[in-house]
Amino acid sequence: MPSLPDMTTPNLTALASQALADSGHVAVPAPDAGQPEFVEFLQRLGDNCLILGHRVSEWCGHAPALEEDIALANQALDLIGQCQLWLGLAGEVEGRGRDADALAYLRDAGAFRNLLLVELPNGDFGVTLMRQFLFDAFHIELLRALKASADSRVADIAAKAEKEVAYHLERSADLVIRLGDGSDESRRRMQAALTKLWSYTGEMFVDDAVDQAMSDAGIAPLPSSLKAAWDKTVAAVLDEATLAAPAEAWQHGVRNPGGKKGVHTEHLGYILAEMQFLQRAYPGARW
Amino acid sequence: MYAQLVKSEGSKSREDMTPEEIAFQDRIDRNEKIEPKEWMPEGYRKTLIRQIGQHAHSEIVGQLPEGNWITRAPTLERKAILLAKVQDEAGHGLYLYCAAETLGVSRDELLEKLHSGNMKYSSIFNYPTLTWADMGAVGWLVDGAAIMNQVPLQRTSYGPYSRAMIRICKEESFHQRQGYDIMMKMCAGTPEQKAMAQDALNRFWYPALMMFGPSDKDSVHSAQSMAWKIKMNTNDELRQKFVDQTVPQAEYLGLTIPDPDLKWNEEKGGYDFSEPDWTEFFAVIAGNGPCNAERLGARVKAWEDGAWFRDGLMAHAAKADERARAARHAAE
Amino acid sequence: MSSEWPLWEIFIRGQHGLNHRHVGSLHAPDAEMAIRNARDVYTRRNEGVSIWVVKANDITASSPSEKGPLFDPSNSKVYRHPTFFDIPDEVGHM
Repeated sequence: MPSLPDMTTPNLTALASQALADSGHVAVPAPDAGQPEFVEFLQRLGDNCLILGHRVSEWCGHAPALEEDIALANQALDLIGQCQLWLGLAGEVEGRGRDADALAYLRDAGAFRNLLLVELPNGDFGVTLMRQFLFDAFHIELLRALKASADSRVADIAAKAEKEVAYHLERSADLVIRLGDGSDESRRRMQAALTKLWSYTGEMFVDDAVDQAMSDAGIAPLPSSLKAAWDKTVAAVLDEATLAAPAEAWQHGVRNPGGKKGVHTEHLGYILAEMQFLQRAYPGARW
Repeated sequence: MYAQLVKSEGSKSREDMTPEEIAFQDRIDRNEKIEPKEWMPEGYRKTLIRQIGQHAHSEIVGQLPEGNWITRAPTLERKAILLAKVQDEAGHGLYLYCAAETLGVSRDELLEKLHSGNMKYSSIFNYPTLTWADMGAVGWLVDGAAIMNQVPLQRTSYGPYSRAMIRICKEESFHQRQGYDIMMKMCAGTPEQKAMAQDALNRFWYPALMMFGPSDKDSVHSAQSMAWKIKMNTNDELRQKFVDQTVPQAEYLGLTIPDPDLKWNEEKGGYDFSEPDWTEFFAVIAGNGPCNAERLGARVKAWEDGAWFRDGLMAHAAKADERARAARHAAE
Repeated sequence: MSSEWPLWEIFIRGQHGLNHRHVGSLHAPDAEMAIRNARDVYTRRNEGVSIWVVKANDITASSPSEKGPLFDPSNSKVYRHPTFFDIPDEVGHM
C-alpha cells in the first residue's frame, strides 16, 4: 500500500482540482465568487457539524445501552447530513469547483473552522452528553436566526436543520438534567464534564470580521447576539440538574485565536488523519 | 447464519411424547404461531433462548468490525450509509433481545452470559476488517449469508421471533446491496482498488461459508429444531444456495473465488466447492480467532463503562417518582 | 446493585390515520425516555405521527385458552406481545 502523503499539503487547491479532474467533474461557473467571508462562514457551520458528527459516530457499537447507541447514531447522521449541505453550499459559493467531499477530505487542520468544543475527545459518556448539550443550546439559536437569512439557500438549510437540532437539544438537555440529578456518581461525572468543557463555551459567542460582514449583509446574526438566549437555556437546565458552571474560567479561543480562525487543539489533526486517510493515500480514487 | 451451533434438546418420537407435546407439535405442523403465554415444551423454550440470544449477540458484536471503518469512510455519503447500516444492526440486536425476553429471560441476563463467554456469537465477527474493501465484502458476503438464513426464519414457529425477523428482513434489504455497490465501485476503480477488493474476497470467502455452521452430517441438533420450525433449512442447503448465488456475482465483478476446485456441476444444478477448514472454525468458536479478545473486550468495556449512566438514569427515575408521589400526597 | 431498565411496549400510529399498532419493545428508565427511545428506535424509516408507551408489566393479557382448552395457560409471567392484548384506555392519546 502507498504510504500516507504528508498531511501538510502545500497546495490544496491544486490537489482538489486534480481530484476533480480525475473524477471527471466539470468546474462550475462561480456565481458567488468574491465572497470569501461567506465561504468562511459556511465552512464554520459545516465544519462544526462534520467534526461533532465524527465524534458522536465514534460511539457506534460502544454506547452504554442499545437504545442510546441507536439514538446517537441518529444524531451523528443528522450532523453529517447538515455538514453535506453547508459544505456543499460553501463549495458552490466559493466557485472553485470544490464539493462537500473535497472540503471535508482535502483540507488540512489549519483550514478547518470548527469550534474547539466539538473536536474535544468524547471522554466518558458524561463529557459526550455535556459537550452535546452546550453545543446544541448554541446551535439551535444560531439556526433559528439563520432561518431569517437574506440568503434563501442558508434559510432553507437552517429550516431543515433546526428541526433535527431541536430534538438533539431536547435529548441532551433532558439527559444532563437526569444525570445531574441522578446518582451521586452520575452527578459527580456531569459536574466534572461541565467544569472541563466550560472553558470552551466562550468561543461560540466571539464576533470577528467575518461575522460582522455576515451580519451587515443580513446573512447571519452576530454570534454575540445569541448569548443571552444560550445563557438562559443553560442556566435553567443546569439549575434543574443541580450542577454549577464555574464562576471564573479562562476561555479558549476568545482572546487568542481558536478553531474559528483555524487554530485548533492537537486533537483535530488526529481526527483528520483518520477521516481523510483513504482520500490521502489514494489521491483521485473514486469510492 | 448468526446462530451456528445452537444446542437443542433431543428429538422425541411421537410415541414418547406427552399429550401436550403431541398437541404442540400438531400446531407447529399446521403452521400455527406459538405465542409467549402459551404452553410450550421446556426444550423448545430453552433452545429458542439460546438461538435468539446468539442471534442478538451476533448483531451487536457485528457492529464492531464495520464500526471500525465509520470514522475512515472515504466520502461523506459512504460514511452516512455505513453508519446507518451499523445502526440498523444495533436495532436488530434490540428487536431480538426483546423477542428472547418474551421467553422469560432478561436482556441483562443474556448480556451477562455473552460477557462471561457462556453464550456465543457468530464466528464471522472475529475476523478483522483491514481495508475499505472489507466493508464491501462484509455487506456482500456476510449480509448475503445472513439474509439467506433470515428470510426463511420469517416463517419460524415462534411468533415474537418471526415478527422480529420480518422487521429485520425489511430493514436489511439495503445492506447487501450497499456492500455490493462498494465492491462494484472498487472493481471499476484503480488497480490498487481492484486488488483490495480481491484481497477482501480472499479473506472473507471461507469465513462466510462457515457462517452456516458445520456440515449436516456433523450437526447433531438440527432434527429437533427443524421439527419445531425454529430452524428452517439445513446448514448444507443454505451453504449451497449461497455459493450458487454468489459465484455469478463475483464473476460480474471480475473477481476470482479463492477456490481452485470450484466448478459447476450440471447434474446437481449447483456448484461443487471446497469445504472451509472446520478446524479453524472450531478454534474461532472456542475463542482463538484473530479478533475474539478485541470484540468481546469492546462489548464488556462498553457495558462496564456505561454502568454509571444506566444506574444514574434509574436513580433519577426513582427520585422523580418519589417527588410525584409526595406532590400527590400534599395535594390531598 | 445495578437494576435493569424496565421493558416498555411501543405502539405507533403512522401517517395514514390507522390505529396505533404494536411495533415492538425496548428498555428505558421511565415513560418519557421510553417515548424518546421509541422515536429513535422505531421511527428511523417511516415517520410515525404518534407514539404510545406502556410498561410491559402493566399490561393485562387475555388468556389464550379459547384457542386450545387442552393447554394449561402458563400464568407465571406477564406478557407483552400484542395480538391478544387490549390497549388500556387510561394510556390516553399522546
